[in-house]
Formats: sequence, C-alpha cells, structure tokens
Amino acid sequence: MTGIAFLLNGTPVRVEGDTPTRTLLDWLREVRGLSGTKEGCNEGDCGACTVMVTDATGSRALNACILFLPQLHGKAVRTVEGLSGPGGEMHPVQEAMITHHGSQCGFCTPGFVVSMAVAQMNGRQDHDDVLAGNLCRCTGYAPIIRAAEAAASAPVPDWMQNDRSFILAQIPKSDATTPPPVSLDAPGGSGGTHVPPAFRPTNSDDLADWYLAHPDATLIAGATDVGLWVTKQLRDLAPIAFLNGVTDLQQIERQGGLLHVGAGVTIATLREAVRDGLPSFAELLRRYASEQVRNAATIGGNIANGSPIGDGPPALIALGATLHLRRGDEMRSLPLESFFLDYRKQDRRPGEFVAGISFPEKAPALRCYKLSKRFDQDISALCGCFNLTVDQDRITAARIAFGGMAGIPKRATHVEQALTGQPWTEATIAKALPAFAQDFTPLSDMRASAAYRLEAAANLLRRYFHDLNGTPVSVLEVAP
Amino acid sequence: MTMGKPLPHDAAPLHVTGQARYIDDIPLPADALHLAFGLSTIAHGEVTAMDLTAVRAAPGVVAVLSPEDFAEMPDCSPSVHDEPLLATGMVHYLGQPLFLVAADSHLAARRAARLAKMTYRELPALLTVDDALAANSRFEQGPVIWTKGDPAAAIAKAPHTVEGSFEVGGQEHFYLEGQVAACLPQEGGDVTILSSTQHPTEIQHKVAHALHLPMSSVRVEVRRMGGGFGGKESQGNALAIACAVVATRTGRPCKMRYDRDDDMMITGKRHDLRILYRAGFDDAGRVTGLEFTHLFRCGWAQDLSLPVADRAMLHADNCYHLPDIRIESHRLKTHTQSATAFRGFGGPQGMVGVERVMDHIAQMLGRDPLQVRRANFYRAAEVAGPVQTTPYHMAVEDFIGHELVAELERTSDYTKRRAEIAAWNATSPILKRGIALTPVKFGISFTLTHLNQAGALVHVYQDGSIQLNHGGTEMGQGLFQKVAQVVAGVFGVDAGAVKITATDTGKVPNTSATAASSGSDLNGMAARAAAETIRARLAAFLAEKHQTTPAKVRFADGLVTVAGETYDFARVANWAYQARVSLSSTGFYATPKIVWDRMRGTGRPFLYFAYGAAVTEVVIDTLTGENRILRADLLHDTGTSLNPALDIGQVEGAYVQGAGWLTTEELVWDAKGKLTTHAPSTYKIPACSDRPRIFNVALWGKPNREDTVGKSKAVGEPPFMLGISALMALSDAVAACGDGSTYPALDAPATAERVLAAIKRMRAHG
Repeated sequence: MTGIAFLLNGTPVRVEGDTPTRTLLDWLREVRGLSGTKEGCNEGDCGACTVMVTDATGSRALNACILFLPQLHGKAVRTVEGLSGPGGEMHPVQEAMITHHGSQCGFCTPGFVVSMAVAQMNGRQDHDDVLAGNLCRCTGYAPIIRAAEAAASAPVPDWMQNDRSFILAQIPKSDATTPPPVSLDAPGGSGGTHVPPAFRPTNSDDLADWYLAHPDATLIAGATDVGLWVTKQLRDLAPIAFLNGVTDLQQIERQGGLLHVGAGVTIATLREAVRDGLPSFAELLRRYASEQVRNAATIGGNIANGSPIGDGPPALIALGATLHLRRGDEMRSLPLESFFLDYRKQDRRPGEFVAGISFPEKAPALRCYKLSKRFDQDISALCGCFNLTVDQDRITAARIAFGGMAGIPKRATHVEQALTGQPWTEATIAKALPAFAQDFTPLSDMRASAAYRLEAAANLLRRYFHDLNGTPVSVLEVAP
Repeated sequence: MTMGKPLPHDAAPLHVTGQARYIDDIPLPADALHLAFGLSTIAHGEVTAMDLTAVRAAPGVVAVLSPEDFAEMPDCSPSVHDEPLLATGMVHYLGQPLFLVAADSHLAARRAARLAKMTYRELPALLTVDDALAANSRFEQGPVIWTKGDPAAAIAKAPHTVEGSFEVGGQEHFYLEGQVAACLPQEGGDVTILSSTQHPTEIQHKVAHALHLPMSSVRVEVRRMGGGFGGKESQGNALAIACAVVATRTGRPCKMRYDRDDDMMITGKRHDLRILYRAGFDDAGRVTGLEFTHLFRCGWAQDLSLPVADRAMLHADNCYHLPDIRIESHRLKTHTQSATAFRGFGGPQGMVGVERVMDHIAQMLGRDPLQVRRANFYRAAEVAGPVQTTPYHMAVEDFIGHELVAELERTSDYTKRRAEIAAWNATSPILKRGIALTPVKFGISFTLTHLNQAGALVHVYQDGSIQLNHGGTEMGQGLFQKVAQVVAGVFGVDAGAVKITATDTGKVPNTSATAASSGSDLNGMAARAAAETIRARLAAFLAEKHQTTPAKVRFADGLVTVAGETYDFARVANWAYQARVSLSSTGFYATPKIVWDRMRGTGRPFLYFAYGAAVTEVVIDTLTGENRILRADLLHDTGTSLNPALDIGQVEGAYVQGAGWLTTEELVWDAKGKLTTHAPSTYKIPACSDRPRIFNVALWGKPNREDTVGKSKAVGEPPFMLGISALMALSDAVAACGDGSTYPALDAPATAERVLAAIKRMRAHG
C-alpha cells in the first residue's frame, strides 16, 4: 500500500508500511503517544475514542477504535489534544465541562469533549442525539448536557476551522470530487511486519474491475462492522479495498419521485435526505447506532452485510426499494427483499457489489418501529416497518417488513395478505394478528425471547393502526 | 473556609484536555511485555489437556505460563484463598483464566491467547439459584438467619398477609476504564505496581504473597481510576499478580489490561438474587411481622459475597421499623463469574426487597404506597418514645425520614401529580404513566469493624507549598478534592494550594479499600489530624516567637496572624523550617462507637445513617412494554456537604446508575453458562437520553449528628438506591393497566419484555 497522509492536530503526517487494518486509536496511543484518546470498548459502542475527522464536506465525530488508517487519507484528524488553541487556551466546551462539573472519573471525558466540540462547530443543538454514542458511567449525563447547552452559544474558535480550510485548499478547483492529493511533508511512520495489500479506488469503475479480479476481497466502507472483525475477532483481512474514496457511490439523486442513493452514502447523510419525505424512516435512522457510527456507516454496507438485525433493510423493504448491484461492467437490479436469501447469505455473485438503492421519496403511511433494550445506540430486538395503502377505508396494498424476526430482514407476507382488501378497522387488525406466527419463528437471544418478539411484532401492527388514527403511541413523545 | 465550596473536581482541567493519566497512558520502557489470559470456554469441568504449542509459536510471544509452570499457584482472592490465578485442573466458570501469555504488544498477546487447544472433561454446571439450591452448593454451612421478635406469630395474628417472590438482576460495573495493572521490577527483587484499584493495600498484600516478598518490598501506586464502583475492590488482583509474576521471571516491565469483552467475561458483577417475602400487616399497612429469604447467586468463588449478603440483611428494613422480623440469607455457589462488590454492596438488594413489600401492601389495601411507607417509618429522632431498633438491634437515633420525605413530597408536587397521572391514564388507552416515592436509609461504616481506619501524610515544604497524601483512592468521586479542601481549611489556604498526590502504599500503609462510601469520612479525618499536627507546631513556634499563646495564632486567607502581625503562610513555613520545626506529619483516624457481631447479627455496625428520597415518574407503552423515565426529583442527605457540587454529581450519577440496574441493564447467560452480554453492544447502561427529562436534585444540608469531618455525610453509595423509585414507578404504571385487584409483580431489571409480561398478568386477572 502506498503511504497514507493526513493532518493530525494541524500537523501533516504520513504513515507508511503499517498494516492497513491498524486502527487510528492504536496508532494514536501506541505510535504517536497521544494517550488522551481512550479505549473503552474497542468496538465503537462507548465513544471514549471519539475524534474529529474533517474532509471537504465537513467535520464529524468518529470512533477511532474502528477507524482504519487508510480511511483517513487526505483528511484531517483532531484529537482531544488538538481542541485547545495554539496558546493553550481551552475550547469553550472544555471550559463548560469544568464549570458544570461534567467530568468525574474523566475517562469518557475526552470522547465527550470531542463530540461536543464537533457539534458546537456544526451548530447542533440536539445534544441527546449527538452524545448518544458517548457513554458515561459516573455523572448521569445531566451536567454534561448543561455544559453542552452552555457552550452552544459561544463563538466557534478560529483554530477549529483550520482543518477544513486546509483540506479545501488542497483540492484543485477543476475537480472537486477527487480526493485531495495531499502533498504533506512528513516523516514516515512505524514499520509493520505483515502488510497485506489494500486498494483505495477513487471511482466505481476501478472498484468493479479490481473486485472482479479479487472476488474474495473484503470491501470496507465505514468499517463499523468490519472494524470488529479486526478488533474483536482478531481476523486477518486480505485483500482489502477501502471504498471511502469512491465518490461516485456517495451521491443521492431525486428522479421521478424516487431517491437513488449510492451505496457509499452514510447513514447520517441518508437521514438528512429522508427527513422531510419519510420522517418515520428518518426517526428510525436517528436511533440507528450513534452519531459516530452513523457518520461512518453506509447504507450499502448495512445492506450488503446481510445482518438480520440491521435497521435499514426493513424500512427499505417496506418502501418497496430496488437494489442495484454491479459486477464488472454488468449492472442488475432486484427488489431488496429478494437479495436476502438466508442467514448471512445474499443473492450476490463473486465480484459483485452493492452499488445503490432506489426507493420512493415519499410514503405518508410508512411507520418504522424499533424495539430495543435501550432507546439510543442499541441493536434492535426487532424492528417493524409498515407501509399500507388505505383507499376509502379499505386496505388496498400492504408492505410490512421486520428485522430481528428471522434469519434475514423479511416481509410479513401472511400478515400482508390478511390485511389486503380488508376494511381499515381494529377488527381487521385483530384478525391479522395470528398471521405473524405463520410469517415468523423468531429466536430467543440476549436481546429478547422468541415469545416477546412474536407478541411485540403483532402488537406493533396494533400500534400502527392507532398511530395512523392519531392516538399517541410513543413513550418518546410524552412530555413530563 | 474552603470546606463546603462547590469547587470543580481537582483534575477537571486535565480530564477535559486529555492530559489526565490513567495506567494505560503511562509510558513504559520499550522492552515492556503485555499480558493476556487464555480463558475457559466451559463453565465446569476438568482440563484434561492443554496444548499451547501454537500460542508459544505466535508472533511476538515471549513467555507462556500454564499451571505447570507454578510450584505454587498464586491466589487472587480477597477473602479465603479460593481464587487461583490460573485454574488448577478444575474449571469453575466460563471465562476463567487458564494460562497466561506475555508478548511484545497487547494485540500480539490477545491473538496468541486464542490459539490454545484445550481438551476438557465437561461436568454439569450449576448456573442458577435453583441449580445451586438443589445441589446445596453454597458458601458457609447453611443460610445465615437473623431473627428479631417472633415474626411467625406476628404474621399469624395479623389482619392481612402478603407473600411473594421476585427476581433482581445483577449489574456489570462498566467502569469506562477497564481493569489494568503494570509492574516495574526494582533492584533486589522489589516491585512497583501501578494498578487501577480501589484497594492498593490489597494489591500490595496479594503481590507480596504471590512473590513471597514482605509487603515492604512491594509498592503500589494509583493516581486515579477511570471509574470503579466496587468493581476494582478485588477484581484487579489477578492482573497485578500476573504482571508481578511475569516481571519477576523475565526481569522486564509488564502491563496487563483486559479487553472489554474479556473484562466482562472474567470479572464479577453485582450479585443477582431472588427475594421471597411474607408479611403480616394491619389496616393502615403497618407491617407487624415480616420474613425475608435472600437467595444470592455468588458465583464460583467467595470473594466478598459474605459481607455483601450481610449488608443486604442490614438493609432489609430500610426506613421501616420492623419489630418482628426474620431474614434468612443463602449464599449460593454457582459456576459463573464470582459476584463482587458494587456500589451499595448488597444494600440495594436488601432495600429493594422491603420496598417491594411496601408496594405490594399498598396495592392490597388500595392505598397510596407513600402512605404505607410512612406508616412504617422509624420514629423521628425528635419524637419521644421507646428506642426503636433495627432488625440487628441497633438503636435508630438519627431518623430524618419524616421531614425529608415531607419536604420532597412538597417540592416534587407528588400528591397533585399522582392525581393528574390517574386522570391522564383514564384517557390514554395505550400509554400509561406511573409515579413513586421511595426513601433511603443507608448505614455508614465498614461492617468488618477493623477496616474503619485511615492514615494520611501531609508535608509542608519550606516554600510554603503543601503536599497531601492519604489512603483513599480517586475513582471520579472527587475524594481527593474534598480531602484537599479539608486540609486547606486547616491551614487557611485555597484548596488549589494543596498538592494532591497519587495513592501510594509507600507513603500511607495499611489502608482500607476506598469503599463503603467511607472515603471522605475516614481519609478526611486522618488528613485533618495530620494537618492539625503541623498547624499546631507552627502555631506553637509563632506563639513563642511573639510571646503569645498558640490558640491566638490564626490561619486564614493564605495568611497567618499572630499578635497583630500578619505573614504569608509561605514565610511562616520557611521560618519554621529554619527553626528546625518538623513540617511533616502523619494523621490517623479510627471510627468511634462501632461494634458488631456478624454471626449473631447484633450490635452497632454503623456510625450513622445517610438518608434520601426520590420521586420518579415514568411512562410505559402497554403494547410493547417500552418505558421511559420522565422526571425525577431527588432530595439527599449529605450532612453539611464538604463540596455540594461534587455531592450533587454523586447523587445524580448514582440515581441514573441505580435506575439502570433496575431497567435496561440485563445480564444474560446462556444454557452453557456463557455470559452473552459481554460488551456494550449487548449490555445497555443508561445513555444520555435515558436520564430523566426533568431532573431536580437537591441536598438536605443539615449537619450530621455524629462528629464526622465537617459534619458531613458519606455520599458514594446511598443515592444509588434512589433509583429504586424508578422500578416502583414502573410498577405503578403497570398497575394502571388493571383494576387494582392484582399486583404487577414486576421483576428487575424491568426491561420492555418484563414490563409487557407484567401488563399481561394484570390483564389476565383484570
């Protein structure tokens, strides 16, 4: 692999010869001696390792523990050590965290402070969402939120803007889509013994050619799942392609009432894109993992991964989404539900990759319900997505899909049949409930028992009925 | 006075800039080794063969130690020598360390540890309370039973009786900084240990034992932990011992930190238990007789389970006078992680039992549970009458529950909101709200009486700077700042003028764990004594110089005033140095008044009680069981607070942690005894949005009646139990789904699944 160059706390660095699956966290702590960034879980769930990463599109918080060095090429990284000003003056969120007693043991604090600083720069006021990926075991969060609120109105320090300015200055004006040819003058980094090859394509044509030649390769987009293959399963991955430079897969287009979303679009970006037209889907995506994970994870990865508990597929299946696959120069499209064949088995040929997905940009009757032990940053015990068409009080079409209820994200076809053509009444709903047992034979695991899953899934249909009829159904919407 | 000021945590500026150093941040020499354990993949059985060939051959591996490499296996137990560092033949739980790898990096050690080929002869594992009861697998000979009065007779003649049984889950500490230790070999075979531990002396003792060294050859240092919560009282022993053993054998520095998943698989958690209860009560809900049975699942080793289960018995009364009571406590031995200390140390488990009884009685009588609770309160301290005693025969002399609860009832608008909630529920078919007020009375002192001692060491240097050291450890609770404020108060200087230093067994010996909420009570008094000794020497020196009496020398605002003259403290220190006055002193404190016979269950185990109360309001979804805390109002007694900002931080954090224990934090073991919730992806501590939307927290603020440092009260554990109000509020919301004829009987943690199950029970009977 060729060298990786990025900006670290304002200083250009170049890493050569290191294994491509070296995480930023390990590199910061073990090679650079920057120990402010902490390891709390090494799987992207606690946020103690949060860093700010800036590219041409903006600055965002990411988990350094599941971020591989090649993903940073051409970007700027700012750690907690880089939040203070050149003269050592504290960032407003740092000041506020002291004033409001936002740290106790202090171990989670660097991660919080970075998340808060990014949010402060981006003008975010949704503190609970911004900080859902930062766990604190000491404070109970109240003082941290007080600090975030206090710092929100402070001016963004000049030095926080420098990363973006630097990145933008690297981009040739004629070609804004090409990643910057970072010409950074920095000494080489650490040596590594076992250096498997890694490919960093900049467009999907190159990716398609390479993947056809390396069908056993691991494709890494956000690394929010593959990261754990490395940090937890300790797997050797080779060969590898990093997709975050493939900008043509990161586009969203609106055409003829459809949204065409490239596989490389992050969940955070997708959430913004569906906020107005598909608010319930957007709300589901609000609860998709955490800010840090949504900033890294892609919708293509969420689909291609094939997990039965991913939150994207049930909603997209309920929307009637079409999946686009590419193999070499060959493109094909299929209904998303047809892609999922069996547990962790998809209709994807060797060398074929997910290129994008299309779905209606509006669906007024779509409702997405996620049940998990914790509201934020949790994996669904089950996720039910309902999209019924009711015409003159009669159900004329039904698309219902669930995650967590089978080995794959799956439509509730028997339930759909029981509803279709029937009047939109509570009696119809009641009659359809037994069909859930025909559609699903869920498992018991640490998230929920099979019995709960089946009962709650059926009750979500009841919730859907009441929800569309305007009865309050969400505990999240009850004001104290 | 600096005491009582709401100063920030002393390390806050270091925390927020990433400069605060934890053990893993301390650079070690380049030749340092990194350790990892190979873990058992079965819960119970015998290791018949251990093939470590691939482990030894793995890249970066320097040494691999298996049981046969030890002539004598080091022991890691804090109690009865039943925790071998590595399993010796028999495996007692899934996750038990079997062998030890030392490699040139953390990652290399972890990778190598996975390459062993183990052969087991698997045996049936006792995983549950019922398994252990059936096999009579337990610590101690039989249950510990304390009886006061004649509860059976009282229940027999009571107008009403209630009985029930419920499950209370355990809890993972989830300190953000995992277990970590390092060992730096010193000359002559001595060792220095860096350990993320609440109990440096225990680490020193266990390492000395493992290496056959006198304790004087082992120095243990800890500047701070990234959270402890009881999880670093004994669970750090294995890492420190492993580092010491390998460092001694190789002559190289060693570090060991558990990966999060390993940490959760290896270390103990809060004890889960089943509580059985039977009570007799009158028409007002006054309990006349009560019987509890605690079935504690203690795991494979004894660890601290006996005192934990004792403390549950000691808190079975909470705020309620129970004249006739019997408590039977079983400490069951299972093939699971060895349950250990966790904030409250059994107190929460004991207390949740009696709160459940109060809630159940209120349902049966159709009364507001607060009325029932109040009807059972101990008599107020000011009200005359015969002495009321606890189930362990300690006179309750300081009960402030009546006034504290009345104040909270008023400030939280409890009564009005309770009526509003009932009205709201009548119009809301799918969502239901609930509210509950629960009190807390928590006993302060170690129940092992000799642990109630502390030492401190204070130096004043010739430039007037002050250095403080004591036996307490800092895990985020702000102990160091509080003690610094005490010392600063003695010298009349700012707290910032007192240099805080790492806990170090070489400076203050024979310390107790920073546990039982005792940190500031014990170390604050010891440090005050040390500072007062030096101040007395300075006063005597100045008094002699100015021909006055020491009592007339004043220390305030960084100045010393004597006979009309005012000097900088620094100047006084320098004079005293030149006059050859000793400017260093130790200080010592031993808690007075306490006496305790644990076998008979009688005495005065506690110097005093800390009180508090909480009102929690929740909403539940009756279709899915989803639930949420909407509002919490807390009023907590910290005596005259040493630092109200730090105390409020403790109260807020403890409440959220306590509510987490009883709501989202669910530990799940599979049928083979494997903990399946061994990472934050599956084990859910409260996240930011889980805190109450409205969160009103206040301190009671009246001085402790006992002579504690600054008349303050301990705060670490007591407010944890304010979280019990969340469980009772959920019970109240579930009750709103029925007609009042059935008790919700909600188990803990009250996950959405358990709440839905309780709703179904209500409706089945409704």
